[in-house]
Amino acid sequence: MKKTSQITSLFDPTIVGPACVDSFRKLDPRHQIKNPVMFVVLIGSILTTALYVQSLFGHGEAASGFILAISLWLWFTILFANFAEAMAEGRGKAQAASLRKTRKDTPAKKLIRPAYEAEYITVSATTLRKGDWVLVAAGDLIPMDGEVIEGIASVDESAITGESAPVIRESGGDRSAVTGGTKVLSDWLVVRIISNPGESFLDHMIAMVEGARRQKTPNEIALTILLVVFTLIFLLVTATLLPFSIYSVTAAGHGQVITVTVLVALLVCLIPTTIGGLLPAIGIAGMDRMIQANVIATSGRAVEAAGDVDVLLLDKTGTITLGNRQAVAFLPAQGVTIEALADAVQLSSLSDETPEGRSIVVLAKQKYNIRERNIHEIDAKFVPFTAQTKMSGVDLGEDRQIRKGAVEAIENYVRQQGGIFPEDLKKSVESISRAGGTPLAVAENERVLGVVQLKDIVKGGIKERFAQLRRMGIKTIMITGDNPLTAASIAAEAGMDDFLAQATPEAKLKLIREMQAGGRLVAMTGDGTNDAPALAQADVAVAMHTGTQAAKEAGNMVDLDSNPTKLIEVVEIGKQLLITRGSLTTFSIANDVSKYFAIIPAAFVGTYPALGALNIMHLATPQSAVLSAVIFNAIIIIFLIPLSLFGVPYRPMPASRLLRDNLLVYGLGGIVAPFIGIKLIDMGLVALHLA
Amino acid sequence: MNWDNFIQISLYVLVLLLLVKPLGIYMARVYEGSSVGLNRWIAPFENWLYRVSGVKPEQGMGWKEYAVALMLFNILGLVAVYAIQRLQSMLPLNPMALAAVSPDSAFNTAVSFATNTNWQGYGGESTMSYLTQMLALTVQNFVSAATGMAVLVALVRGFIQRETKTLGNFWVDLVRSTLYILIPLSLILAVVLVSQGMPQTFDKSAKAVLVQPTKDGSGNLVSEQMIALGSVASQIAIKQLGTNGGGFFNANSAHPYENPTPLANFLEVLAILLIPAALCYTFGFMVKDRRQGWAILAAMLVIFIPCIFLTAHFEQKGNPLFSSLGIDQKASAFQSGGNMEGKEARFGIADSAIWAVATTSASNGSVNAMHDSYMPLGGLVPLWLMELGEVVFGGVGSGLYGMIAFVIIAVFIAGLMIGRTPEYLGKKIGAFEIKMAALVALIPHIFILIPTALTLLLPAGKSSIFNPGAHGFSEVLYAFSSAANNNGSAFAGLGANTAFLNITLGIAMYFARYWLIIPILAIAGSLSAKKIVPVSQGTLPTHTPLFVFFLAMVVLVVGALTFFPALALGPIVEHLMLTAG
Repeated sequence: MKKTSQITSLFDPTIVGPACVDSFRKLDPRHQIKNPVMFVVLIGSILTTALYVQSLFGHGEAASGFILAISLWLWFTILFANFAEAMAEGRGKAQAASLRKTRKDTPAKKLIRPAYEAEYITVSATTLRKGDWVLVAAGDLIPMDGEVIEGIASVDESAITGESAPVIRESGGDRSAVTGGTKVLSDWLVVRIISNPGESFLDHMIAMVEGARRQKTPNEIALTILLVVFTLIFLLVTATLLPFSIYSVTAAGHGQVITVTVLVALLVCLIPTTIGGLLPAIGIAGMDRMIQANVIATSGRAVEAAGDVDVLLLDKTGTITLGNRQAVAFLPAQGVTIEALADAVQLSSLSDETPEGRSIVVLAKQKYNIRERNIHEIDAKFVPFTAQTKMSGVDLGEDRQIRKGAVEAIENYVRQQGGIFPEDLKKSVESISRAGGTPLAVAENERVLGVVQLKDIVKGGIKERFAQLRRMGIKTIMITGDNPLTAASIAAEAGMDDFLAQATPEAKLKLIREMQAGGRLVAMTGDGTNDAPALAQADVAVAMHTGTQAAKEAGNMVDLDSNPTKLIEVVEIGKQLLITRGSLTTFSIANDVSKYFAIIPAAFVGTYPALGALNIMHLATPQSAVLSAVIFNAIIIIFLIPLSLFGVPYRPMPASRLLRDNLLVYGLGGIVAPFIGIKLIDMGLVALHLA
Repeated sequence: MNWDNFIQISLYVLVLLLLVKPLGIYMARVYEGSSVGLNRWIAPFENWLYRVSGVKPEQGMGWKEYAVALMLFNILGLVAVYAIQRLQSMLPLNPMALAAVSPDSAFNTAVSFATNTNWQGYGGESTMSYLTQMLALTVQNFVSAATGMAVLVALVRGFIQRETKTLGNFWVDLVRSTLYILIPLSLILAVVLVSQGMPQTFDKSAKAVLVQPTKDGSGNLVSEQMIALGSVASQIAIKQLGTNGGGFFNANSAHPYENPTPLANFLEVLAILLIPAALCYTFGFMVKDRRQGWAILAAMLVIFIPCIFLTAHFEQKGNPLFSSLGIDQKASAFQSGGNMEGKEARFGIADSAIWAVATTSASNGSVNAMHDSYMPLGGLVPLWLMELGEVVFGGVGSGLYGMIAFVIIAVFIAGLMIGRTPEYLGKKIGAFEIKMAALVALIPHIFILIPTALTLLLPAGKSSIFNPGAHGFSEVLYAFSSAANNNGSAFAGLGANTAFLNITLGIAMYFARYWLIIPILAIAGSLSAKKIVPVSQGTLPTHTPLFVFFLAMVVLVVGALTFFPALALGPIVEHLMLTAG
């Protein structure tokens, strides 16, 4: 599959360049205030800069070089965080730009009435309004999103889906929706426009990738609150440290009161700047990953909800099974050889062009070595299938009439000719049904020869994907119009947890509502108009891009590849988004331990020399200790940009193990890593004679 | 650390754990309204109470209504305690003819007893009349404890109920906590304590002629000793059981009449943690998953047990300065060894360490030794246990609801780390719950750090600091850590009975109690209205050792990160200076 996004390299210069410029533009306090953690850093940077200026006039609270160094690194902290956000936005914008190319001002043939033969006037696509009719002929771009009301055509939708094979669009049914910016390759379509300029699918998609309409998701809001509280706690800690220090200096009788510069440095090191700085980037990058998976979500909320899904409803046909049934066995009646049955049924299927018919011919050839015969050599007259007879077959001369069809139809047929349906075959019929197959009876004149077992073929690899879902804690339910017996068997074969047989739109809706009342979060994929009510009710509803407009509007995501199992990827992206946030929060807080061991002894060793014992990293000087902690705090943001853009990998495993692994990496790692990092930076500062 | 300590500590923890389940089930049944055996005697009185006061026991209250009832009741109690203290000289049962308590001290004590802090800014036997002790203080000992338990039960109902607006009836929870749990337990304990020699009398102080007359501070000859008496046992029982801690005597449980024998000492220290520990089981029982109760209890023990051993270790090690002087601090048949300054010789290191850690991990605050005289790190442990927010056991009810707020924060972070919207006991944790839980974690910190800073800066505060240097700092920090977590124990050494400290400590106690109760009730209300999400493979189990460990880490990390600088400037630097000589 070709992806819409070709941007995979992290350091694409066309993104890094503008991102650098944006990092400075985002210093605007009006932008920073949206992120409370980073806003505190901004205030700190301004404060230390002022202190530096003051020190230039000889009234500094510390050496001006030291204040300058701290101040500069605080500014870098904000710039690095801005850079992370700008990078994520840049990657989104690059995708939006490639999408926007397709939105050139196309001429449209506006019809005066909805008919192919009607007159048209050529207008600009931007003047089209909802409800207008246009004619799109071979070679034309479809000007706006719409619904086909007349005609059939092959359409190249690669601009939207990245899929180069053309698709068929026709009026009526489930393939009537067309998307603006796609190209008609053959024939013509009469399209009714269904969206106003700026509201089309493409516009929506561009807005999504650009992040213009990105709203904070519920978990993001909750996390921001927690981060604000942590920030408040540390603000309290550092602010009260000044009086504590004043008292300690008086009590000890020597030493210096902690400087505001060091207090600001301590504050910035303690507040969760790592997660605070990367939070916007993580959110944007999550959206970006959705687009790369060729899924358009109408909101970040839906993406996040995908991570919480407990139940997944899937349509059987086309999703779990291949569209058609296939013959898998011939079961002869008593006294009939299997070869005779195979021979007869093959004859009857020779000119049956349905997939079932063809599969019978193939099976007869593969298993019983019955070659295909030339229908003209044998005196054969084919009897096509009709809805009335529910049979098809072949008449060979006057005395051989072979028929195959539904069991009831064949039973009627033989009874009319004085025959009966043998009891032993009824058992076979029943066992086929129970195994999820469809029995097809075969009769020659008044005699029933046997039955053919037709079976739904479960798609390859689907069982593994459902097993994967189960490991994620997601229950899969198959929806089918089949009878319960058949449904149960297919569900078992595909490895699904449950099924809904003889499903009507009402039954689907009821099932979803019941699940939701039980507290479950339901995801569903669908494409038809009859799926729309259920899609609207589901918490996460992925509509197939090939589906009807009604389905797309009811869903909160559209899968451009129209791949029903894409939901697995969507769930993974949703989970990855949360995991990345959680892990970086843990990392950020765990980092504080080492920073205390760097800064507290440095700040108070003058007052209480005994506190030097806490300098377990043996940092060179108090100044280098504080500076090293601040530098580490800034640089770690840059180091974690790739992680925030690509996300912490998600592997389906039980929740406890996942937590244990992530705690080890980001919790324990978060405690240990900065000890090493700060020590290395300190050694570097000493080597460069900066300490 | 020696075998003697190890055995005593182990025995204590073991007996405590044995009592958790029976008492836990009993309390759960009380709150679920099922029969507990005492109904025959109590129910008629209980129902009479409801009839007389017009309470409709079946009528549930929404969280706001619950909070309003609770606040009204507590403010009423606060005003009553204040009034009785101020008017005690005109009221009966004042055989020693004690004068009215000063306004700021009366305010401090009123807040202190209403909030279940029981900080003692006064000396009981020389300030409070018998009526004040009984009608004001002892009554508050019961109802402040019952208030905490009621809030917990309301929160638990928030988890059990689905899509419901009400949390039960505050009056019923209050009455049942008092009548079925606190009074029966106190009655049993009081009788046992009396059997150990604890006074229970309305007689005035006894007079004893000294065998060897002595001189007082101003050189006058003293030949008689006044031995204070009173209805001690009844108050001590609830003081220990209700995590109150306000002693009848100024010396609290170091006083021989307040803690007469080793058995009395064991029972009293057991009573400190009894209800808070058993409530964990009650919680598990009520949410129909006992593993959840054990898990929270385990997380508390993971912090609590090492803390006892640490304190015992540092105290047993003794004072390095004494060692260098050649003073024998080793345990032997003749002495318990270690740092015995400020400790009762009859209790020794182990019993003092167990008490110090139990009383500060629970928000009890009673003492049987001077915490001020502990070694710097031995004293750091009790100080820090309070700063953890009194969630390791904590106050009756309040400790567990505080811990549940930490569980919510832990579940939130853990939930994100496994990629799922966090949920606890099937309730989704959203922005509102996080906001309220974070307030619960934040508020005590505000009322520790800011008043400590003010006391150190302002002359009115500084004048109370008798010990200069780092220890003086530790004392102020201890006072506010105690008040802002409703503990009530003191490092002493601080002249706390001044208008400035009475008022600032009073404010800290007040807000740290009620500004936590209201967010907790808000969480209960919000959870109660939610659906219950069924458990699946993707649900984070909250009863596993991993989660227990993670929860303990969250509590410790938040406590450590907030107080590391302050502790470094107090006990830690004291320790480093002491070991450096």
